[in-house]
Amino acid sequence: MSANLRSIRQNSKDTSADAPVSHSLNLIEAVNLALHRAMLDDSKVVILGEDVGVNGGVFRATDRLRAEFGLKRVMDTPLAETMIAGMSVGMAAQGLRPVAEIQFMGFIFPAMEQLVCHAARLRNRTRGRLNCPLVIRAPFGGGIHAPEHHSESVEALFAHIPGLNVVIPSSPQRAYGLLLSAIRSNDPVVFLEPKRIYRYSKSDVIDNGLGLPIGKSFIIKPGKDITLITWGAMLIETMEAAQTAEKSGISCEVIDVASISPMDHETLLHSVQKTGRCCIIHEAARHCGVGAEIAATLSEQLFNSLKAPIGRITGYDTVMPYFKNEAYYFPTVEKITGIIRETVAYGQQGNAIKH
Amino acid sequence: MDTLHFSIAFEQYLLPDGRLAKPFNSKDFPTEQILDAYRVMTLIRSFDQKAIALQRTGKLGTYPSILGQEAMGVAIGHALQEQDIFAPYYRDIATQYLRGVSLSEILLYWGGSEQGSDFEKCRKDFPICVPIATQLGHAAGAAVALKTQASHHAALVTCGEGATSKGDFLETLNLAGAWQLPLVIVVNNNQWAISTPRSIQCGAQSIAQKAVGAGIPGVVVDGNDYFAVYAEVQKALKKARSGKGATLIEAQSYRLGDHTTADDASRYRPKTELEQAWLKEPLKRLKQYIEREFNWSSEQETAMQKAIDAQIKLAVEAYLNTPAEPATAMLDYIYETLPEGLADQYAELQAIELLKRYPNTKQLLNDDNHQVGA
Repeated sequence: MSANLRSIRQNSKDTSADAPVSHSLNLIEAVNLALHRAMLDDSKVVILGEDVGVNGGVFRATDRLRAEFGLKRVMDTPLAETMIAGMSVGMAAQGLRPVAEIQFMGFIFPAMEQLVCHAARLRNRTRGRLNCPLVIRAPFGGGIHAPEHHSESVEALFAHIPGLNVVIPSSPQRAYGLLLSAIRSNDPVVFLEPKRIYRYSKSDVIDNGLGLPIGKSFIIKPGKDITLITWGAMLIETMEAAQTAEKSGISCEVIDVASISPMDHETLLHSVQKTGRCCIIHEAARHCGVGAEIAATLSEQLFNSLKAPIGRITGYDTVMPYFKNEAYYFPTVEKITGIIRETVAYGQQGNAIKH
Repeated sequence: MDTLHFSIAFEQYLLPDGRLAKPFNSKDFPTEQILDAYRVMTLIRSFDQKAIALQRTGKLGTYPSILGQEAMGVAIGHALQEQDIFAPYYRDIATQYLRGVSLSEILLYWGGSEQGSDFEKCRKDFPICVPIATQLGHAAGAAVALKTQASHHAALVTCGEGATSKGDFLETLNLAGAWQLPLVIVVNNNQWAISTPRSIQCGAQSIAQKAVGAGIPGVVVDGNDYFAVYAEVQKALKKARSGKGATLIEAQSYRLGDHTTADDASRYRPKTELEQAWLKEPLKRLKQYIEREFNWSSEQETAMQKAIDAQIKLAVEAYLNTPAEPATAMLDYIYETLPEGLADQYAELQAIELLKRYPNTKQLLNDDNHQVGA
């Protein structure tokens, strides 16, 4: 951990009377700060997972938490994802607030049964007698030249499950605020961290202990000609494409969905009603991806307001290629810029704009 | 390192003919406790038969009989303390009943209503868990929670011998050993996992010896012997509550019934095996014991059975008279607060509910499909 973050920790213990301080952090440091804050605020919050203790997690998300909060609150588990999820359900049902780390999303599948069959259902099954306030954190997505099974984006699998919240931050401040809300939520949350941008850039994070609302999307940049809907690491390429399009006089509104489930239909509908055009950009494969659900909802609700078909730029419907060829897989700035132009030109005389 | 040696004990007090295999300290088993064990075992057997009858007449859904496994359920129920946490599988109604789950709640569950798991008592216990062996993870988590909260109580989880083939079972054993969890795992080895016999479920001589690989003690008990199950579960719970770690108990019994009311065991199970198993069933042997030790009379038996029949009748009436929840209930408990995006779906269910209540508007529904147990 950086000396920077260490000094923040020192401050956060004794600054309750002072105004919250703003710190320049990257996304993984913001995750760490939120975990630290949540553990300070609530002794029921515990962390568990593989290598989360002394090692602080393979990406350092839980760095130094063991030293500060001890063995009983930061637990190195045996190498058993089914058990990590299963015991999180049991802990959550019995009064703790477990925050479990699955080391990479590609290893989340043994935990699926517990998340789908129990975490998502316990409140319903017992008519509210027991609930399941757990968070499963997992780094997801490609782009870091990792081995096989370390680059998947399967958020749609979880978004399909009623009862599971699926949250994806795309900036340090949103990582901090959304993770705090996820930990405080009485619903189970699958918290997916776009690892490609863990250390992409630093920005100001205010350690004020305030959560950001789950179930709300964020308008990153207002615009009037087209709405670009994305989440996770693809926000970087989408913003770059929006800036390129702006140079050609196309005003883009960019939305970070952030909460894949439940989804903030209102913000999406409001924006697309205004612009009349929409492109959805996600890294996950296209078929049955979350983009399809968004496109269907927008089409159902806004058919008469749409000036062009809803576009999608996504990963290919294939197994995530090994890293030598993974660059071919990702939506690129050029592709996004292309579909922006195509969508805006749709129906205009001669479809003049080429890309 | 030196050569390691392990052993797996077999514990039994009550022989199939009701005689004692070895003496026990009478202070460990007060007369009232033994008579209560007999009463609850008889109650559960009668209730089990009633549940099957309700299913056969269309008043209950698919139901898994616990015929022949009453002793272990009652023994576990007697050994647990109120603040222990119980994570059952689906053949544990005897223990659930002793924990405070009512017979009508049990019927509601098998009658197709989630209300059956909203226990009025024992509100921290887990509900029945259908996906095999997954409840072991929950019990491990409960044990971690107890440990974290510095509680001096334990979690107890049950499963069938089929569940011991699953990773969840082995992962839980492993964790229980590695973390010294206050956990007791009881395997109801009733010899059959639907049509799969014990012999092809696992190549080991006992299920209990799987504990050896996890570094926790394992023991086999005669699961049809109330005294043996109680003694071993009690010992394991005491050990867990005092911070000395987990125990695996294999309770050997026999599934005298079908897997569920949807199953026909005669397709795969030798008749002679079933006949042999009936000779070792738990209720008769405890009855023989109390007849001999306490002069239990046929008058006492008749009076007890009459009270049991009345108790079951009341439970069935309470079950049949419980109205189904409104259609909207299916969305009421999915999230703590209904997401805005589901408002339309909720409104649609509200409309369906209204139409059901005022069918003159439009007869859209077949009401029979929406009434539990009616």
